[in-house]
Amino acid sequence: MTSLLVAVGGACGAVSRYGLDGVVRRWCASPFPWGTLVVNLLGSFLVAVVTGWAAFGGLGPAWLRPLLVSGLCGALTTFATFGQDTVRLYTSVGWGAAVRNVVVTVFGGVVAAAFGLGVVFLLRT
Amino acid sequence: MSEVSAGRWRFPWAALAVALGGALGALARHEVALWLGEAGFPWSTLVVNVVGCLLLGGLTVVVETCSVHRLVRPFLGVGVLGGFTTFSAYLVDAGGLLAAQRPVGALVYVLATVVLALAAVGCGAGLARRFVRRATPSTGEVERS
Repeated sequence: MTSLLVAVGGACGAVSRYGLDGVVRRWCASPFPWGTLVVNLLGSFLVAVVTGWAAFGGLGPAWLRPLLVSGLCGALTTFATFGQDTVRLYTSVGWGAAVRNVVVTVFGGVVAAAFGLGVVFLLRT
Repeated sequence: MSEVSAGRWRFPWAALAVALGGALGALARHEVALWLGEAGFPWSTLVVNVVGCLLLGGLTVVVETCSVHRLVRPFLGVGVLGGFTTFSAYLVDAGGLLAAQRPVGALVYVLATVVLALAAVGCGAGLARRFVRRATPSTGEVERS
């Protein structure tokens, strides 16, 4: 049952990533992988909201966690494309662009997650 | 999307391939997490992300140098490997180490994942390039943009 929830969440997350990445790509043509950044930051925000909400003891049914955390957020975000984008930036633009991508993604993810926890904290208190 | 041509609706095969691949990738990640279990350090996410990067590095070379079916990349690259690897669990794991009063562990985890993942993309690409060159000796040097 848990596996099925993870698979359904994973399918939804992957399609959302594909769609969002396509929209962002069409929106701004740039060598910088904005699409991957957007999905990773959005997923970091969402996973912080869900796990934060669960930590406050109010997530509701137990099946929501595998569906949303392992499935949806896990597949909405990606590390492989981030790694591939970074190596591509290094080969096509240079060191600076690759390092910038890593720093912006990791710090941006931390900020997005902190923002998500902050939203939960504000809503629950 | 390039598949939509002049007002004629076409079945979104690529999106379906991504969904199917995403389900399989997420499921595989879940199985690895169950298999490796909780060991005080988030090994399963680290392994999943590094292995996924190795495979995507190789797949990208194969897709760009060989003529493969147009759904191979959406299915294997965007779907399976995109769904297998994860950035959200990476951050949750780092947060978990911080919450467990292990700031050094969190820092090591964050840096090690990035360094190993990037090295894995390079290794995967290198291995695939060698394999492609051996498989198609007549074409000689493989052009890289």
